[in-house]
Amino acid sequence: TVASTSAAVPFWRSAGITYVAYSSVCANLLRNCLKEPHKSEALTREKVHISRSKWADGKPQKPSLRLDTPED
Amino acid sequence: MVFRQASRLLAGSVRLSRRPFSTATEVPAATTTHTDSGFMESWTKVIPNIDPPKTPSHFMNPRPATPSSIPSKITVNFVLPYASELSTKEVDMVIIPVTTGQMGVLPGHVPTIAELKPGILSVHEGNDVTKYFLSSGFAFIHANSVADVIAVEAVPVDHIDPSLVQKGLTDFTQKLSSATTELDKAEAQIGVDIHSALNAALSG
Repeated sequence: TVASTSAAVPFWRSAGITYVAYSSVCANLLRNCLKEPHKSEALTREKVHISRSKWADGKPQKPSLRLDTPED
Repeated sequence: MVFRQASRLLAGSVRLSRRPFSTATEVPAATTTHTDSGFMESWTKVIPNIDPPKTPSHFMNPRPATPSSIPSKITVNFVLPYASELSTKEVDMVIIPVTTGQMGVLPGHVPTIAELKPGILSVHEGNDVTKYFLSSGFAFIHANSVADVIAVEAVPVDHIDPSLVQKGLTDFTQKLSSATTELDKAEAQIGVDIHSALNAALSG
């Protein structure tokens, strides 16, 4: 579906990775190759805060999922 | 009946008003009047009492004029999601790592949009060269010698740890040879690419 035109696609696109995912993988690999203290400082930038809650009657219920750690 | 005609006229004229995105030399100077007189005439004929609709280009600032003579320096904006590394810095040359190789940008460079690959961005100002290793992103070079480089992550080369780069390179080369699925192969290839670029950056 993605490579249905005749345009050449990068190897990651044909394997099912989007540009955004490719870009964040590259950034993550770069951050892991840094010297301390730059490495831990950079890794804090990867933290993703997600809170997920179901809604009922127009009000959010108690959040079922809370992630305060870096996404893998 | 009148309304059906109006929508047909509008539909027919939409193609004409896409002019701002063409590479034609004329640029809408004043954004207060429409550049499409054909559309204006048809509109006033059919609906004289209502002001014509404003197109998106009406709200945009006109594109900065291309200077008639090539400026002596390029203006570089180098931004990351969390910081503005260089902001309207006037330099002699930048070398940008794009997917097609190393692109040297001098004042008067042809307008370009380029996807970046992991590599070194070097900023040359007189005898000073500042180097950053960037992970990926895009570079936009405008006709008025302004270069916008946007990267997700960029570090000065001396922040990189050579032993971690070596370890990463051997790990991913091994993963690449033992990968089975397309996804594993792609991930390993990304690892190999970036670690090889890091290696080259440290030695070059």
